[in-house]
Amino acid sequence: MARLVITDVNKCVGCMSCMFACSRRFGEGGLAKSAIHVSSIGGVERGYKVVVCRACEDPPCAAVCPADALVKRREGGVVLRYEKCIGCGNCARACPIGAVQWDLEDNKPIICVHCGYCVDYCPYGVLRLAGRG
Amino acid sequence: MTKGIPRKVLYIDLTHKKYWVEDRLELFEEYLGGTGVAAKLLEEELPRNAEPLGPDNVIVLAVGPFNAVYPTASKTVAMFKSPHTGNLGESHAGGRSAVAIRLAGYGAIVVKGASDVPVWVSVQEDRVFFRDARALWGMTSSHTVGRILREVEPGSGLRTIMRIGRAGEKLVTYANVITETYRHFGRLGLGAVFGSKKLKALVVGGKRSVPVNDGKLYREVYDELYKLVVDSPLMKKYHEIGTPINVSVLNALKALPSCNLQGSSLETADKISGEYIAANYLGRRVSCAHCPVACIHLAVLREPYEEEPYFYKTTFVGYDYEPIYALGAMLGAREARGVLELIDVVDSLGLDAMTTGVVLAWATEAYSRGLVKEEDLGGLRLSFGDYESYKKAVYYLVEQPTELYRDLARGLDYAARKWGGGEFALSIGGNEMAGYHTGPAAYANYAFGARHSHLDSAGYDLDQETIGKTPQPGELVKRLYEEESWRQVLTSLVICLFARKVYKPEIVSKALRPLGIEMSVDDLYALGKKIYREKYKLKVREGFDPGKVTFPKRIFETPTPHGVLTASYMSKVKEEYAKLIRNVVTGE
Repeated sequence: MARLVITDVNKCVGCMSCMFACSRRFGEGGLAKSAIHVSSIGGVERGYKVVVCRACEDPPCAAVCPADALVKRREGGVVLRYEKCIGCGNCARACPIGAVQWDLEDNKPIICVHCGYCVDYCPYGVLRLAGRG
Repeated sequence: MTKGIPRKVLYIDLTHKKYWVEDRLELFEEYLGGTGVAAKLLEEELPRNAEPLGPDNVIVLAVGPFNAVYPTASKTVAMFKSPHTGNLGESHAGGRSAVAIRLAGYGAIVVKGASDVPVWVSVQEDRVFFRDARALWGMTSSHTVGRILREVEPGSGLRTIMRIGRAGEKLVTYANVITETYRHFGRLGLGAVFGSKKLKALVVGGKRSVPVNDGKLYREVYDELYKLVVDSPLMKKYHEIGTPINVSVLNALKALPSCNLQGSSLETADKISGEYIAANYLGRRVSCAHCPVACIHLAVLREPYEEEPYFYKTTFVGYDYEPIYALGAMLGAREARGVLELIDVVDSLGLDAMTTGVVLAWATEAYSRGLVKEEDLGGLRLSFGDYESYKKAVYYLVEQPTELYRDLARGLDYAARKWGGGEFALSIGGNEMAGYHTGPAAYANYAFGARHSHLDSAGYDLDQETIGKTPQPGELVKRLYEEESWRQVLTSLVICLFARKVYKPEIVSKALRPLGIEMSVDDLYALGKKIYREKYKLKVREGFDPGKVTFPKRIFETPTPHGVLTASYMSKVKEEYAKLIRNVVTGE
């Protein structure tokens, strides 16, 4: 099964097209629903970091959820059971790479589903959908 | 109900350190955003004949319905009264500014009044913080200011940090506002207006959603635009070599102003060309937010420390055609390194690269003709190609140790009136010329465009299209007017003008539809003309008289691809423009 991976972060130009694509899945503009976060590593001249969910086999975010809202995905990572989530934020704090983004409008985590929609909007091939080895 | 249109305006009063938000949906429905909305907000807020560097001046920053919605809609429009021309100031910048303003929840931000002490203002969606900037005031490099604010402000990746350098603090009338280190609100002195208000920086951040009326259609139109931006040849020029591709093109055409326009080509052009810099210095390419093109080219300079062996510093320098023209060709550069070093100094001080280059070119010629002396230049003996002197001279433009530098800090129009040399002072309509000695349309554009910027009506494009078949003055003015009025639509959306060939009228109309905005192609053209009218009404109100515009003699001496320009042709152009502007303003 597929998961989203970063091929070469040095090729990222910081255009945020992937982030906009992620939000656009819900048929809206802006960035409120983006599960990806791109930011410079201290000035754009130094390059960027592209934070995406690594689809952990033993995900820390699920381990700390008090509401059983994060269910492990067979192929790694988690699925959010929206109606169970109480918006406590434990998952976001537990992820050591900061890959759980937060939807401030709904007060819920934004969990990457590894659908690969963003991949088609990275003209530099930074993102790729890979099978699990 | 139009969901996809901005509607909120944030007002910030620096005098009273307070802020409030107003719902101005009607304004955005009528003018879309960007240039159109900014012109109306400025007209509402700016007192007649306000002093550009006084507390009455107003800064409007406006975005439009396409920002944070469609690709390459990456620009913010700033409007203010320009301390450089004394008239309407309008300046556009990318970086993350437009996306940040829109996703903080605003269509426009209006900054009024002046602070008594240096401040920076941080807008975090609904909350606005006034922060003490006294410790930042006076810092040598704007890059350092950017570094500090990156550390202390929240929202990395989702914010814009607009700041000024020393030039803005010292009220140099062509000081820029810098955003995300390598993009600028350039040309007309927004940096000095910030400085006069004791506003060191404006930080804006947010990550909201932008609802649309038809999500499915939105995705379809998005994909159509995205393909045009990424796959079609329309954006290739900006994507690969970038804007500096023009150095070779214009040099071959003999339209590259060199050595204060004593020439229109440069013997060493191949050592400052886009191809050459890409091959020898290009270190990284980056993008504005929501633009996959990545036209921002950063050169890498590895510089040794003379006093410390095996000690180097590595500097990234943003370069584009215009800085290479002004700080390179106009100053007789022999190789790119000096030019890149000079661009870096100019940027760190927060000066406008184009005006600075043209000012220094004039000073070099004025010195060689004995109009200004070594002591006026602070002990420098300027000569074309001498970059060590130019690097010192730009500090003097900011620190202003002599009367000459104090005058040059107000631009060539002012300085040449006092010191002479007006015939070779390449300021037109109060603004120093851009890098296109292409023919009559370029000069008509500089003189009568609303911003006196080459991007108003792209006269340089029309010139290149009509080599060998120069249009009649009436036809030329008509075509520039058509172009400039259409561009008002593009800069109200607000897209980057580099993508103007993607955003044709038909696709703009189509792209507005999922946002709940129904406008036909004819409606769009009509809106463009209406915004043009609003801007010129404001210009005329503030004293612009097209009949009084003059051209320096130099432009009639150096041949263009259209031959040697004649004063009689240009005076006919002036008559036509004066008539057009009169008719437009009076509504005839």
